[in-house]
Amino acid sequence: MKVVLQNLTKIFPSRDKKAGKEVVAVNDFTFEIPDGQLVGLLGPSGCGKSTTLYMISGLQKPTSGKIFFGDDDVTELSTENRGIGLVFQNYALYPHMTVMQNVLFPLQNLTGKDKLSKQEMLDRAYEAARLVQIDELMDRKPSELSGGQQQRVAIARALVKMPRVLLLDEPLSNLDARLRLQTREEIRRIQKETGITTVFVTHDQEEAMSISDVIVVMKAGVVQQIGEPQKVYDDPKNLFVAKFLGTPPINVLEGAVKGGKVYIGEEAVMEVNGVEDQDVYIGIRPEGIEPNANGALECKLNNVEVMGRDASVVATHEASLNPVIRAIINSDIKVDTTAETIKFNIKPHKFFMFNKETEERVYFEVK
Amino acid sequence: MVENKHQWKSWLYLAPAIILLLVFTVWPIFNTLRMAFLNGYGNMAAIGGATFEFGIENFLKVIEYKEFLQCLQNTAILCVATVPISTILALLIAVALNSIKPLQKTLQTIFFLPYVTNSIAIGMVFAAMFNIVGLKQGSAMADTWGIINNVIQFFGGEPINWINAGSSYIANIVVMVIYIVWNALPFKILILLGGLQSINKQYYDAAKVDGTSKRRVLTKITVPLLSPMLAYVIITGFIGGFKEYSSIIGIFGDKMGPADDAGRLNTMVGFVYDALERDRQGRASAAALILFAIILIVTLINNKVIKKRVHY
Amino acid sequence: MAKNTINVMKERDIQKLSTGQKIARVLAKTGTYAFLLIMALIVLFPFYWMIISSLKTLAEYRQAVPTFWPRQLMFNNYVEAFTTAHLGDLFMNTLYVGVVSTILSLVITVLSAFAFARLEFKGKETLFGALLATMMIPGELFTITNYITINELGWMHTFTALIVPFLVSVFYIYLLRQNFMQIPNELYLAAKVDGTSDIKYLWKVMIPLALPTLISITILKMMGAWNSYIWPKLVANDDAHQMITNGLRNAFTDTSGQANYPVQMAAVAIVSAPLFLVFLCLRKYIMSGVSRGGIKG
Repeated sequence: MKVVLQNLTKIFPSRDKKAGKEVVAVNDFTFEIPDGQLVGLLGPSGCGKSTTLYMISGLQKPTSGKIFFGDDDVTELSTENRGIGLVFQNYALYPHMTVMQNVLFPLQNLTGKDKLSKQEMLDRAYEAARLVQIDELMDRKPSELSGGQQQRVAIARALVKMPRVLLLDEPLSNLDARLRLQTREEIRRIQKETGITTVFVTHDQEEAMSISDVIVVMKAGVVQQIGEPQKVYDDPKNLFVAKFLGTPPINVLEGAVKGGKVYIGEEAVMEVNGVEDQDVYIGIRPEGIEPNANGALECKLNNVEVMGRDASVVATHEASLNPVIRAIINSDIKVDTTAETIKFNIKPHKFFMFNKETEERVYFEVK
Repeated sequence: MVENKHQWKSWLYLAPAIILLLVFTVWPIFNTLRMAFLNGYGNMAAIGGATFEFGIENFLKVIEYKEFLQCLQNTAILCVATVPISTILALLIAVALNSIKPLQKTLQTIFFLPYVTNSIAIGMVFAAMFNIVGLKQGSAMADTWGIINNVIQFFGGEPINWINAGSSYIANIVVMVIYIVWNALPFKILILLGGLQSINKQYYDAAKVDGTSKRRVLTKITVPLLSPMLAYVIITGFIGGFKEYSSIIGIFGDKMGPADDAGRLNTMVGFVYDALERDRQGRASAAALILFAIILIVTLINNKVIKKRVHY
Repeated sequence: MAKNTINVMKERDIQKLSTGQKIARVLAKTGTYAFLLIMALIVLFPFYWMIISSLKTLAEYRQAVPTFWPRQLMFNNYVEAFTTAHLGDLFMNTLYVGVVSTILSLVITVLSAFAFARLEFKGKETLFGALLATMMIPGELFTITNYITINELGWMHTFTALIVPFLVSVFYIYLLRQNFMQIPNELYLAAKVDGTSDIKYLWKVMIPLALPTLISITILKMMGAWNSYIWPKLVANDDAHQMITNGLRNAFTDTSGQANYPVQMAAVAIVSAPLFLVFLCLRKYIMSGVSRGGIKG
């Protein structure tokens, strides 16, 4: 089932009537989610990603715009008729029911021609439980389960009615680091096995990048960029996307283009074609710079953090907007830690320029 | 906690409370027990030098009294009728209040109003509403039938003698039930609404996504999640019901019944006070202990039944 | 789970359900409001009836067909009620008992709660547990002996009899102790380091922080005095010491149907008014106090 969002907009009226300022939570969002894909909505808190998810679910109504499931316009349809499964951030498992009762609950709501026999319900419940591997825990109460197990129960409850679309709200935020890693693989596996079009919301870029087919980066209600995770990472459209993706974060420096040369401070670090003279922000991925005695970028060396396979060279530069400049290098490369300064070589495909005013990407050719 | 060199200081702070509690709470517990088991104890007689034998005669006398059985019956009927009615009504009102936005605060305030009234004063208003004015003995004509009867007549019914001389026991009980329910609603609504508002909204979103019907949401989600609060209002409702007294005074006055049948609506607490005023402290104590025992047993039974149904 | 998810509903079904549901939703909302408004009217009706009846002439009140707004506003009923029932004296008596017992009760409660919350002494937990246990026993059990005690102390027909036996409320001590315990102990230690005395610390730090609870206690205590009936009836039912509820009930004992109801309703309205005013001004404190366990009685 593909999901189409057409000019989706959500405006919340201001709470304080006197101030009269309304909040545009989602602004003119248009996007088609292909059938059977796992899509991650990504952005800092307050960017409108959860609102988008709740509009797809039908728990919130869009101010304008339309939502289609396949060819059905579901914009006006209430939640229960959309055939969606929703997993809440806090799971919202009913505390007074056992796991079994929780999973059965959506099926018991069916009436009329959709009504199932007792046996059918049990079969469906066990099928869903096996899929998420909780079939051993059916008699427990939610309070007797670990966070990860509760998460699985919540997913089973969402899957048991065979939804057309599965929606997950911050599915991993309540889990500890180790469980998070394991559970995200699990979500990926379940999604692949069922083939259900799935949308999930997260503020953790690593989480989104690691399991999504497509990620949507949002900021202040506006979609910044949509694409396959690696493509978005390699080719950010603007400074925000470049800064939001990647750990450690991208190094950002102030610079300028003058006469076909890119300057950081007084030094020309690269020669480029097809770019007008302008002030720019320069973004360089940590893996995009490596120490080189003849490198174009000279920084003050702070220290080197060795982390097994990789090492992180920490330096500072006057033009840097981040407190430090980081370079991730192979730990085999030796760096003279006693030196005052260090020179870096810049890999052009890890080097992005953004107009200083618009913060939009400035494309260039390397000379 | 702070290491306190001067322990006497703590006791100094506690002294007023402890002294008062010893005199007006601890001593009465023992003394009431003592009086209950001294056959025919009366304080005036005791001061006059009479001695009393130890025994359970007070309890036997109390149970033998026809009046006592009447009081017990009245109290039990009022309890059994008012607790379920007021709890269910309060639940419905609380759920309805919780589901609306405009007017919620205003209605909440209105529903709380009966709490801040004097139950005897407003009882007099209810009495006025049910009262028939100017009914002559043996005549079917009255000056005014009272507003409640006017409403009944408006819908084509026959006026009923609710509380005046010659009224039936059932009519009296109905009036008491209406008044007690009216009086009991605010507290229950307040507690239940508080409980509803503390239920995580996500449970309702989850139920909505699953297309749960309103009825099922109420019975399968709201009531179970509200069960601790429900248990609380039911238990306090029963305890309050067994101590019913002043609401009857409000409507019927000191006579505790219609003009021609005083004492017909007397309750357990009323019985205790009557015995007390007649210098029969032994019997009053015995009756109070019986009341205490009944409340204890009902609470225990309630607890047991409720424990099976209360979640968490 | 099937690879191809099931299309639960066809488009046409969806459209139909959608309008049908819209109607159902509007009906449900209307039903909810209708139910609440009807219940609200039932709740309010006695107050309305009290007020309009209090303003009618006796003749109008006794008409076979009731009027829902008095033809002639008889404010004189209020004057008559005030004098017949001696409401002025009753107000003063009740106010005196209410104010004195509230002040004394607050002092005792604060001192005890402070000792239980902040001081360390032998047997503290046992003592507190014993206090809580007394809350289980119905008050009627104490009344019998207290009646005798008051008699033996020679306090019959005095205000003292109305005030002293109810000065200590274990429930209030419990409530305030909980409140005090939420105040970080470091504040007390800091005060001790600075050489602040206990009383000064109580006055300057703990009481301001626990003010909402103290206000709730004050209101409930005053309401208690206003509504008390049974105990005053037993120990101080004479004219000089009568409390307002007793005075009201005693002034209008005729339930045979011949009573002057307009005047009676005016008296009830006068007695109810102060409670209403206090409630409207201090709604928040009253409701929070009650929801924390202030059971009526």
